[in-house]
Amino acid sequence: MNRRTVLLIAVLGLLALVPPLAAAFNQPFYLDLLRRIMIFAIAASSLNLILGYGGMVSFGHAAYLGVGAYAVGVLAHHGIHSGWLQWALAIGGSALVALAIGAVSVRTSGIYFIMITLAFTQMLYYFGVSFQEYGADDGMRLAKRSQFAGLIDLGDATSFYYLVLALLALTLYLLHRLVNSRFGLVIQAARSNEARTRAIGLSPYPYRLAAFVIAGAICGLAGALWVNHTAYLSPEIMNWTRSGELMFMVILGGIATLSGPLYGTLALLLLEDVLQGWSALPKWVTEHWQLYLGVILVLVVLYARRGLAGLVGGRHE
Amino acid sequence: MRTIVHVAAVSAALALGAAAAGPAAAQQKLKIGFITTLSGPQGVIGADMRNSVELALDHLGRRVGGLDTEVIYGDDQVKPDVGTQVADEMLKKHQVHFVSGIIWSNVMLAVAPRVTGAGTFMIGTNAGPNQLAGEQCHELFFTTSWQNDQTPEAMGKYMQDAGLNDVYLMAPNYAAGKDMITGFKRYFKGRVVDEVYTRLGQTDYQAELSQLRAKNPKVVFVFYPGGMGISFLRQYSEAGLRGQFPLYSVYTVDELSIPAVKHAALGQLETRYWSPDLKNAANQKFVGDYQKKNGGKLPSFYGAQSYDGMMLIDAAVKAVKGNLADKKGMIAEMRKANFNSTRGKFVYNTNHFPIQNFYLLKAVAGPAGKDPVMEIQKAVFTNHKDSYAKDCKMKW
Amino acid sequence: MILFAEQTLNGLQLGVMLFLMAAGLTLVFGIMNMVNLAHGALYMVGAYLATFFFQETGSYLLAVVLALAGTLAVGVVTEVVALRTLYERDHLDQVLATFGLILFFNELIAILWGRAAIYSSVPAWLSGHLELVAGLRYPLYRFVIILIGLGVAVGLWYVVARTRLGMLIRAGASNRTMVAALGVNIRLLYTVVFGCGAALAGLAGLLAGPIYAVQPGMGELVLIQVFVVIVIGGIGSIRGALAGALIVGMVDTLGRAFLKPMLATVLSPTAADSAGPAIASMLIYLLMAVVLAFRPEGLFPASR
Repeated sequence: MNRRTVLLIAVLGLLALVPPLAAAFNQPFYLDLLRRIMIFAIAASSLNLILGYGGMVSFGHAAYLGVGAYAVGVLAHHGIHSGWLQWALAIGGSALVALAIGAVSVRTSGIYFIMITLAFTQMLYYFGVSFQEYGADDGMRLAKRSQFAGLIDLGDATSFYYLVLALLALTLYLLHRLVNSRFGLVIQAARSNEARTRAIGLSPYPYRLAAFVIAGAICGLAGALWVNHTAYLSPEIMNWTRSGELMFMVILGGIATLSGPLYGTLALLLLEDVLQGWSALPKWVTEHWQLYLGVILVLVVLYARRGLAGLVGGRHE
Repeated sequence: MRTIVHVAAVSAALALGAAAAGPAAAQQKLKIGFITTLSGPQGVIGADMRNSVELALDHLGRRVGGLDTEVIYGDDQVKPDVGTQVADEMLKKHQVHFVSGIIWSNVMLAVAPRVTGAGTFMIGTNAGPNQLAGEQCHELFFTTSWQNDQTPEAMGKYMQDAGLNDVYLMAPNYAAGKDMITGFKRYFKGRVVDEVYTRLGQTDYQAELSQLRAKNPKVVFVFYPGGMGISFLRQYSEAGLRGQFPLYSVYTVDELSIPAVKHAALGQLETRYWSPDLKNAANQKFVGDYQKKNGGKLPSFYGAQSYDGMMLIDAAVKAVKGNLADKKGMIAEMRKANFNSTRGKFVYNTNHFPIQNFYLLKAVAGPAGKDPVMEIQKAVFTNHKDSYAKDCKMKW
Repeated sequence: MILFAEQTLNGLQLGVMLFLMAAGLTLVFGIMNMVNLAHGALYMVGAYLATFFFQETGSYLLAVVLALAGTLAVGVVTEVVALRTLYERDHLDQVLATFGLILFFNELIAILWGRAAIYSSVPAWLSGHLELVAGLRYPLYRFVIILIGLGVAVGLWYVVARTRLGMLIRAGASNRTMVAALGVNIRLLYTVVFGCGAALAGLAGLLAGPIYAVQPGMGELVLIQVFVVIVIGGIGSIRGALAGALIVGMVDTLGRAFLKPMLATVLSPTAADSAGPAIASMLIYLLMAVVLAFRPEGLFPASR
């Protein structure tokens, strides 16, 4: 096992230790913070599949967070609380939406792909904002958390935390298998050199579309988790700036690396929390934290070329 | 620039002063979490609220309800999930006794149930979504502001009573925009020429203004908060429509936006529950001291509400003699609204929303060469109740 | 009929503003192959500098010149310090770095001028109305914007088509390696192009200042529309930027004005009331999706 994998497993292990540590130090807040981070890490990992490995810069990935969240929220609003049904719809619905958007978008490439995915996500956002029935942009409260009939209680912070951790590990494993399969190799080949890929007789389009759908579906799951975490649903999650944040998590962590999105999410969200809230920092930092975050982002891009995971080294996946 | 340095200097001085005061005595320290927006363009509202909270603390000698107090500020970045995270941090990490603040309805709807569900008081100082006034009312939720619909209701009533007709309505196409129009129409029964919803965040209203002029209404009523209001007002003025159609609004022109529009705001008519020129002792002290501390700037209603929030908490904690475990006692005291509010005397409705007066305000020329100021013209509603209290199941 | 003419002028004016922003952005993308999210920040810098200098000097024309020079300087400095190494890099890296710049600039402006919107005004000799035809009164300032925008379009066309610099720009857009191999100082060319793009954005900003709100983050509100414009028009071409901008300006304006009444003829008034604004806000994105479906490279792509 190479260095990177070892580090990843170590990080996941550390994450598993958080609940008992948080209880010991009486800091339950960190449980919530890290849970939120892990949920975004799942979303970022799904984006990494198409952005990092596939080279498809999707500026509209947050849309699937929204679709997943709304699937759960709307069903709960109408009295359907079965977690199985809600989450199945979240994943399935996101996959369908990804199929629809992907069918049109994946034909394009480069800046056009970026823009068209952005356009679709904006349309979904404005759609959500005007949908009065489900709170429009005020959003709505989640009537009840997804119920899993005695199997697990999402209201219990620790159980929910471990569920998210398990799903994160599962997602990473799934992506690992996918990326190293024939399917994954075609995606990466197409990103590397599309002409050559075509030359050996493979059409990238169906593979890319499939990857797009899979990424959307996983992100839909993240959306279902997210709405259970915040217990609140608002279309603002589909805003293009959210998509941008997801992209940054991926790029910051290191694209086309398995652990990159997790590190990127950890770094970005923890950095935001620290810059704003750490009382040891002087006021001129905490009040204008966005300035410092901006500078840090630029420096990372200029000097840490392969992102945070790249700093660790190891086999270029 | 000067103001920033001024505020920073004062904050630094206060921080030093607080630190120099030494460790608290054996008595429990009171911790209040204040959630607002401190970054981005909306940060200007958060700054006003924070200045007002700091002023309240000054007036109370940094001791709210007689207890040594620490206020922890949080930035919701206008996002419900960030607001929830900040609230969680306040509840779990800092273990605050009260959470106050919150500008935006969607953040409030996400945060308030979480706070009250954890058994902590939520003292809202701006957002007043109808859900929290109605079915989701809670004994631990109090607000020192208003219910969102009340302000446009007052405008609707004013126009109805004044016999104004042929009104042209405009608002951004989102929940608050629609609520404002709904609230207006609850009391205004006259003729509406057209109802136009624009894109949230739109900067250019030229197209809509041309349509407006073509429709030729008698009166125009709009709701454009923040930057949208500044753009709209400037363009309305530039298009020469000020002279043609009287412009009424809610939450569009206030002490925070006037410096950006200056004379383009002259003649604007708004309804509001408070104005800096409201004559009562508490308000005059608040406005006077705020101006002294903040380089002559006037506080906005966001500030007045936040100030009142602190005073409400102060009254409650004093009544239970610092025994913060006695929540029932504090609820009882808060319900009496027995503190000197900047709006004057008011009472709470069963849903813990104020029953208060609403006034018609007009932007008139300020003292020699300065910006326009809002002045009260008349009272539109006295002791106005919100329309959602009947859905609240609390009885006391 | 008068209304329609007025709305057409409005659409033209919006289009022209978008063009000023789009021209700079499309050049940078077409020639240096760089996605520059911070273009909106330069727009904001232009607006702030113009407002500041107008207040300090009292002369609008002087303020305009100083603001343009200032934005150009800011653009050049940013390019040299932060963006130069990004030309070789992935679009992803460019997106991340320029986003970092957005955060930086927004906060810097907030530190210098505060978070509240600042007051910016049209000089007295530019306010007032023009009576174009009987019954059609149009704000003079907006009319001047249209003239300036069209003037810039003609000027840019002249530079690109008829001057040596323009030839280098076109050559660089076609094949930058070759141009470098021919001994042209590519680095200097890039800096000049970026600087011009910055100046154009600054011009758009200073024109927009008096009519829109001048506040931190004002660039991001316009940025998405500008991206839509260059995608529709075709990346790397000024002609495309102009066509795209005018189309988007028109569609957006006329959509906001006439969509609801048009829908009201087929749907019920309440349905039109909610569908109208919702569709109007999505209209330019729908338009972009349609254009990309039929002509994925845009309407007037730079010939390669």
